[in-house]
Amino acid sequence: MTVTEREQRAFIAAAAADARVNVELETEGMTLNIGPQHPATHGTLRIIARLDGEQVVAAEPVMGYMHRGYEKLAEVRTYPQVTTLINRIDWLGSFANEVPFILAAEQLMEVEAPPRAAWIRTVLFELSRIANIALFLGDMGVQLGALTPVFFAFRDREFVLNQIESVTGGRFHPNFDRIGGLKDDLPKGWIEETRGVMVKMRNFCDELEDLLMGNEIFEARTRGVGVIPADVALSYGLSGANLRASGVDWDMRRDNPCGLVHDQLDWKVWTHPDGDSFARYWVRLQETREATYMVEQLLDGLPTGPVMAKVPVIIKVPAGEAYVATENPLGVMGYYVVSKGDLGPFRVKIRSASFNNISVTPWVMRGVYVPDVITILASLYFILGDIDR
Amino acid sequence: MSAPDANGTDGEAADPRHAAAVATLTEVLGEAVLGHHSERGELWVRVHHEAWQRAGYALRDDLGCRWFDFLSAIDWLPSPFGRDMDAEQDWPSTGPPARDTTIEHGVTGGGTRLQLLARVQAVEDNPGGENLAVTLKADLPNENPAAETWIPVYAGANWHEREAWEMFGIAFIGHPDLRHIYLPGEFEGHPLRKDFPLLARRVKPWPGLVDVEDMPEVAEEGSS
Repeated sequence: MTVTEREQRAFIAAAAADARVNVELETEGMTLNIGPQHPATHGTLRIIARLDGEQVVAAEPVMGYMHRGYEKLAEVRTYPQVTTLINRIDWLGSFANEVPFILAAEQLMEVEAPPRAAWIRTVLFELSRIANIALFLGDMGVQLGALTPVFFAFRDREFVLNQIESVTGGRFHPNFDRIGGLKDDLPKGWIEETRGVMVKMRNFCDELEDLLMGNEIFEARTRGVGVIPADVALSYGLSGANLRASGVDWDMRRDNPCGLVHDQLDWKVWTHPDGDSFARYWVRLQETREATYMVEQLLDGLPTGPVMAKVPVIIKVPAGEAYVATENPLGVMGYYVVSKGDLGPFRVKIRSASFNNISVTPWVMRGVYVPDVITILASLYFILGDIDR
Repeated sequence: MSAPDANGTDGEAADPRHAAAVATLTEVLGEAVLGHHSERGELWVRVHHEAWQRAGYALRDDLGCRWFDFLSAIDWLPSPFGRDMDAEQDWPSTGPPARDTTIEHGVTGGGTRLQLLARVQAVEDNPGGENLAVTLKADLPNENPAAETWIPVYAGANWHEREAWEMFGIAFIGHPDLRHIYLPGEFEGHPLRKDFPLLARRVKPWPGLVDVEDMPEVAEEGSS
């Protein structure tokens, strides 16, 4: 289905719903409340959908059920304490949350992490991407009625979490990144184990590709559903795989590298021209596989040396403003840090990927059928902590 | 380059792409460009708040910054509560210590307490290389802070403006749906303003400081 067809259908649905008001014998529009406790909402997102028969006339997401006020809390924390908070934003890829904040603080302090720390950071960054997106790859099946993929995802994600845990001590909230480097070096034997896990994760990707791609139901439910054209995606600030699935060839890892070492690796940015739910799934699947190759390259080229630069024990960040964004599993995550030379930040603006990614839902859900609401939500892939912060 | 030599302007260290961007903005907006700053590859531009929406159009159409990153605000008032670890009960009966309330602005300077902040980026002009990104700032009047909405320029600004309205009390003229986004509808106050107390901190001492147990005493002889 092309974009114009989709727009036409949305227009007809909206016009029909408006006309109903004047026609007494017609059925009235219905308001359907999806969530806040719905398995497709990855937390507590509520969607109020106004329906006309089977079609959605308007959908309005309601969030805030999990608002924790991290921007305010960060103002009374010291810099090292802030990482504990921001770990809990995107809880499936926690390590990746820490990286842009630490990089922003390092920029202000004019400290640079030693090469080995930057490489290990990138390894953990990509591992959290794999752990995070693996769950999406399985979860998308559940939203379409296929239960098997999610069991595979939980099974195989555990291998990656074990690797993260054996380095950082935390499965979900590593809190491992420090201003100036990392808390510790890699444990003994870890590199070899991780290589094995990467092979497992590639098998997992192949398995899912066999299971879902080419499955008639999967294709019928995702192809041409929830089409987001590139210019709409850009003006809503979509990022990550959602943007690349609309054909925009832009990846922060390649185009705005800062602090991480993706520019020294040989890898490919995957894009898909369609912009539908299928494209978003496909791009994420390719990215996960690409990430496993990236991790292998990173492990091959791991430099030796210290993992911590010389930083004062009590960290005071000089006055200034810095914005650092990285390509996190869910999309672009950035921290705008305003420092006044104190122990803690004066203001932290957290730019989280899901907030922008999900803000497109009122646009994209006009005119779709009710079951497609769930698949579109699933394919946009959000974590509630990343919306509400 | 015809950028006005206003507070916070430093044109010397700017890289050529930033200089060209500032020149384009100055050409389109004229006097409304109040200052700019270039540091670590980032470009900040401060505009007059009445030119906020025009600046958005200029960024999108003349500079090609089609990707909307975020929109927020900064309250430059130093917190009247400080950012110390004290709770109210820690203060002597004289009340909280006197605090300096002088406003000090960050890069590109500023004039008032609330500053609007938005960042947009070009994503396709230079594939494989650094893309132009602009952080736009605008001082808002202290009484009734308001600016024109960015929704016609960047559709994604809708929710960001709702958040800024809720958290800072900034009105966006022309926004069709300015209502609470995170907080319950009956919530009063603007939590991210510096004079909004973080109540949890006010009423309860910070556990990290007061809950530290004393070192265990050396076991007395015969107690084992």
